[in-house]
Amino acid sequence: MNDVVISVHDLTKRFGTFTAVNRICFDVFRGEIFGFLGANGAGKTTAMRMLCGLSYPSSGHGTVAGFDVRTEGEQIKRHIGYMSQRFSLYNDLTVWENMNLFAGIYGLSKRETEARSLRLLDRLDFSAEKGTLVGSLPLGWKQKLSFAIATIHRPEVVFLDEPTGGVDPVTRRQFWEMIYEAADHGTTIFVTTHYMDEAEYCSRVSIMVDGEIRALDTPTRLKEQFAAQSMDEVFRLLARGAKRGE
Amino acid sequence: MKNNFLSFVKKESLHILRDNRTMLIVMLIPVVLMILFGFAISTEVNNIRIAAVAPDRTDGVRDAVARIAQNDYFSFYGYIGNDRIDQKLRSGEVNAVVVFAPDYDRRMAQVAAGVPSPPVIQLILDASNVNTAGAATAYLQNILLGSASQQALFETRMLFNPQMKSAFNFVPGIMGLIFILVCAMMTSVSIVREKEAGTMEVLLVSPVRPVKIILAKMIPYFVISCIVLVMILFLAYYLLEVPMSGGVAGIFSLSLLYLLLSLALGLFVSTIARTQVAALLISAMVLMLPILMLSGLLFPIENLPKFFQIISNIVPARWYIDAIRKMMIQGAPLLEVWVNGTVLFGMTVVLLGVSFKKFNDKLE
Repeated sequence: MNDVVISVHDLTKRFGTFTAVNRICFDVFRGEIFGFLGANGAGKTTAMRMLCGLSYPSSGHGTVAGFDVRTEGEQIKRHIGYMSQRFSLYNDLTVWENMNLFAGIYGLSKRETEARSLRLLDRLDFSAEKGTLVGSLPLGWKQKLSFAIATIHRPEVVFLDEPTGGVDPVTRRQFWEMIYEAADHGTTIFVTTHYMDEAEYCSRVSIMVDGEIRALDTPTRLKEQFAAQSMDEVFRLLARGAKRGE
Repeated sequence: MKNNFLSFVKKESLHILRDNRTMLIVMLIPVVLMILFGFAISTEVNNIRIAAVAPDRTDGVRDAVARIAQNDYFSFYGYIGNDRIDQKLRSGEVNAVVVFAPDYDRRMAQVAAGVPSPPVIQLILDASNVNTAGAATAYLQNILLGSASQQALFETRMLFNPQMKSAFNFVPGIMGLIFILVCAMMTSVSIVREKEAGTMEVLLVSPVRPVKIILAKMIPYFVISCIVLVMILFLAYYLLEVPMSGGVAGIFSLSLLYLLLSLALGLFVSTIARTQVAALLISAMVLMLPILMLSGLLFPIENLPKFFQIISNIVPARWYIDAIRKMMIQGAPLLEVWVNGTVLFGMTVVLLGVSFKKFNDKLE
């Protein structure tokens, strides 16, 4: 059960003389919810882009779902899901059309697409909204739909880049329930967030400061280690030493 | 992975179909422009109002006036007195006044016989509109000279466009303009919109290759442009009666090449622009202005200052419009405009190459 889905060793990204990500190392296991924390500019996004095959590492190694981030970017793209902080479905397409589009992009057959889309609608209780334009849905619904669609091709890993930005607490709660459910089904979740209460929901958390990973453990043990009451405190203790500004 | 390409084309088509307003504009603008340029706006001079001043209304005078009145371009206002000329021109009631000398018939006969003589007819024109004045002078001289026995001096034949219809001149120009509008502006905006909305990011993380994303975007616009092209050709042929003597097949193939070029331009703009507004502005300023000014659409290229003539060489529309004019009006076959075709093809290849490279580099 404890097999490694993401494995990163000394992964580094330099832009000219600036080292955005400096020799990070970590492993993420199947079914884990891995919190990837860090202040703005700490290098989270750059690291995540390398893992998604969008950016080529300057040095170091990494594998995602068993594929090398240097040489097998295309394979990686096929086995991951991605949801960005900005809402990224098409507002002028209906719920159904959005589902079909992304299922098609990931190469699902027509029959599979149909079956999975129907199941998703059912699970989300969206069946009535099948033909509704996504643009007219409330933000919370859109966010949930986004997540559902990011996992429509049953990826091994889902990358969530600040998925709950600008969402109200109730919807955030529901959103996390969906994340748990996906993790229970064996999907690995790799999530960045700014909300420290969300960090508490993660199986393990890494905290990046100035392009390096300064801490990595379960939330409970991190709090023990730093003698802190909450993840918020842990984060502030670590981020205090940051040299890079916002 | 063929499935994903088709889902993409479908998605792009849906975007366009859902956007009723844009669709309407794209379909209406060509028709409106064609009708506007074809009928309403013309450089032909019509309906010039002429008055005559004649101390003696001799047979010769009557004859000359009758010929002016019969001419399609003129309407005869009537005889006026010598003292009213200034007032009539000033008030705009007449555009030109023809003043016949006293004793017109006898002096005309002298002129005809070759006896040196002071001027017999004076033309006074309102030159506040240069076009009208110029044309009126030319027409009037023609008509009035005809009455003298000097007809044999000139014989003028207008080739290709004997009726001098300005629509013939405008149709190729409009085609050069519209395809840039539809293809370049709309593709660039639609690509940049995805960048702005953040959906491009999601697409790039997906297994779809960037080249496919771009191609899928181009296809629906290409189809729309083809429909517009057919519409324009129909209107031009049946409504404006542009001859298309060089063969429709040639005109069509060259236009397809131009469509591709416009799409490549749009793609190029989208790699530069970050926001939809920027894309629109670049399309409008950098693409439209040169087409209006430097393509021969409004002003003949030969009349431009040398510097602008050189610049005009890099305006794709210039080559296209020139070739279409030759094929539509002069009846040149496609082979005869091979230079234009080659230049357009070269531009397309370079633009596509640069844009794809720029688009891919952006990902890193």
